[in-house]
Amino acid sequence: MSAPASPNRSWYKRNEISVTPWLFLIPGILFFAVYVIVPIFQSFWISFHEWDGLGEKTYIGTAHYERLLGLGDQKIDRKFEVSFWNNIRWLVLYLLAIPLGLFIAIFLNQTVRGIRIYKSLFFFPFVISQVVVGLVFSWFYLPNDGLFDILTGFFGIDVKGGVLGNPNTATYGIIAAGLWPQTAYCMILYLTGLNAVDPEQVEAARLDGAKGWKMLWYVILPQLKPATFIAFVVTIIGALRSFDLISIMTNGGPFGSTRVLSFYMFEESLSEFGFRMGYGSAIATVLFFIMLGFIVYFLYSMWRDEKEAR
Amino acid sequence: MFPTPIEKRTRAAQLSYQGLLPLALIMWLLPLIAVAVFSIRPDADFTNGNYWGMPSSFEFFENYGKVFFESDMPRYLLNSVMITIPTVLGTIALSAMTGFALGIYKFKGNLLIFFMFIAGNFVPFQILMVPVRDLTVNMNLYDTKTGLILFHIAFQTGFCTLFMRNFIRALPFPLIEAARVEGVREWQIFLYVVLPLMKPALAALAVLIFTFIWNDYFWAVVLTQGPDAQPVTAGITAFNSQYRAAYHLMSAGSIVAALPPVLMFFLMQKHFIAGLTLGAVK
Repeated sequence: MSAPASPNRSWYKRNEISVTPWLFLIPGILFFAVYVIVPIFQSFWISFHEWDGLGEKTYIGTAHYERLLGLGDQKIDRKFEVSFWNNIRWLVLYLLAIPLGLFIAIFLNQTVRGIRIYKSLFFFPFVISQVVVGLVFSWFYLPNDGLFDILTGFFGIDVKGGVLGNPNTATYGIIAAGLWPQTAYCMILYLTGLNAVDPEQVEAARLDGAKGWKMLWYVILPQLKPATFIAFVVTIIGALRSFDLISIMTNGGPFGSTRVLSFYMFEESLSEFGFRMGYGSAIATVLFFIMLGFIVYFLYSMWRDEKEAR
Repeated sequence: MFPTPIEKRTRAAQLSYQGLLPLALIMWLLPLIAVAVFSIRPDADFTNGNYWGMPSSFEFFENYGKVFFESDMPRYLLNSVMITIPTVLGTIALSAMTGFALGIYKFKGNLLIFFMFIAGNFVPFQILMVPVRDLTVNMNLYDTKTGLILFHIAFQTGFCTLFMRNFIRALPFPLIEAARVEGVREWQIFLYVVLPLMKPALAALAVLIFTFIWNDYFWAVVLTQGPDAQPVTAGITAFNSQYRAAYHLMSAGSIVAALPPVLMFFLMQKHFIAGLTLGAVK
C-alpha cells in the first residue's frame, strides 16, 4: 500500500475502486437476501415445526418428513406420492418441447416473404399468461362440447368425463397445454441458434455429401449446443415450477390426480384445509432439493464456461 | 444455411411449403383463434350448443362492453399496470447497478455473488412462499400492491443481474480505463459511460420483466386477495366465477387480460427476443 498521495484526499477517494462495487451491490444484495436467500433457510427451519402461520411454532423435529416419506411405522403420504410421480411425468414429457421446438424452428428457418410474421405468430403462445392458456385449453377439452372431444369422436375415441375430468388423462392434458408455450420458447431459442450456424461448415459438409438427418446430427446440432443448454434449463425449471395451469385447469383434481409438489405445498399451506405451514414447508424443501440437483449442474456448466472465457 | 433454402428446391417444393405455412400456423394457433371467435359470439350460441360453428351474430361491442363496464376488470387491469411498471423500473435500477459492479470490477467474491443471484433465480417459488408471505404480513403489506412490487423487484433482480453483467462484460473495457485516466469518478463512469451503452439491454429487460410480472399468477394469489390489489391474472378467476359458464364473456375477459404483453411483444419484438435468447449463441 502506498502512502496517501495527499492528506486532504478522503478515505473514499483513496479506496474508490475497491469500495465502489460494494456500494453498487448493497441495494441489490439486500433485497435479494431479504426476499430470496434468507426465506430459503427460514423454510427449512419452519419445516421442523408445527405452525398455522399465526400463533407459536412448536418444534417437532423431523416428524413432517417422516410422515411425508412414510418412515417408521407410517405409510407414505399418498398425496405426496401422487404429486411426486406427477412431477416426474411433467419433467419427462415437458422435455418434448425441445425436439418439437427444434422441429418448428427448422421448418421456419427460410427466407420466403412474410416469414418474419410467421415466426412471431408461432412464438405468440409464450407471451400469453399461463392463466389464459389454462382457460383456453380447458374449453378446448370440455366434455362433449370441446373441440378435442369432437375431433377424437371422429375416431370413435371417447375419454370418459372429458380429458380433465378423467384421472387417467387429466395430468397429460395439462402437460400438453404447458407444452404449447414452452415449445414456442424452445423454437425461438433454436431460430436464434440456427441464424448463427456457420454457413461455411454447412457448405463444406454438403460437398462431402452430408444431408438431412446426418447433417442435422453431426453438423448442425453441435453448433446449437448453447441454445440446447438454455432450452434444457428453462424447460426443466418450467416443468418443476408448474402451478398456474394446474390451479386453473383442474385445481388438483379429479380426486387429486393432477397434484404436483408445488401445488400440494400450496394446498397444505394456504387453503381451506387449514394453514399447515410446517408441513407445506417440508414439501417445499423436498421440491427444493430435487431442483437443487439441477441448479448445481446448471451452475457448474456456467462456471466451466466462465473459466474458459478467462 | 440449414435446412436447404427453399429457393434452391423445385418449384413444387416451394409451392407446397408456401401452402403449408399458413396451414401449420392455423393449427398452431387454433386454441387462440377459438377463443377469439368465442369472444364475439352471442350468449345464445352456447345454450344452443353452437360452440365451434359460425357465430350466429357478431357481438364484439356487447361482450367487450360488458367486460369493461359491468365488471371489476378495469380495476384489475389498473392494478396490473400499477404493479408492473414500478417493478420494471425498480428491477432495472437495481440490476443495472449490480450488473455494473459484477461486470466491471475484479474483487474477491465477485463470482460467488454472481452465482448466488443466478441460483436464487432458479429456486422453486414454494420454498419462498411461507416466509415471504409472513414477512409481507408483518410489514402490513399483505393485500397491497407495494407488497407484491417489493417481492417482484427482489426476485427479478436475480435474472436481470445475470443479463446485465454479461452484457456489460461484452462492452469494450478500454473505454472505462480511458475514463479513469481522465480522472472520471467511478459513479460517473456508471452514469455517463456504461449506462448509455446499455440501452439495448435495458430495453430488452424492460419488455421481458413487463411480460413476466404481468403474467404472474402464483404470487398474486399468495400475497393479495380481492379487487383492491389483485392483478388481472388473479382477477380473471374472480371474473370467471361471476360469469360462470358464460364462455363469451370469459373469452373476452381473457383476451383483455392477455393483450398488454402481446402488444408489448409486437412493438418491441427485437428487444424481447434478444432478451429471451441471451446466451443461445456464443
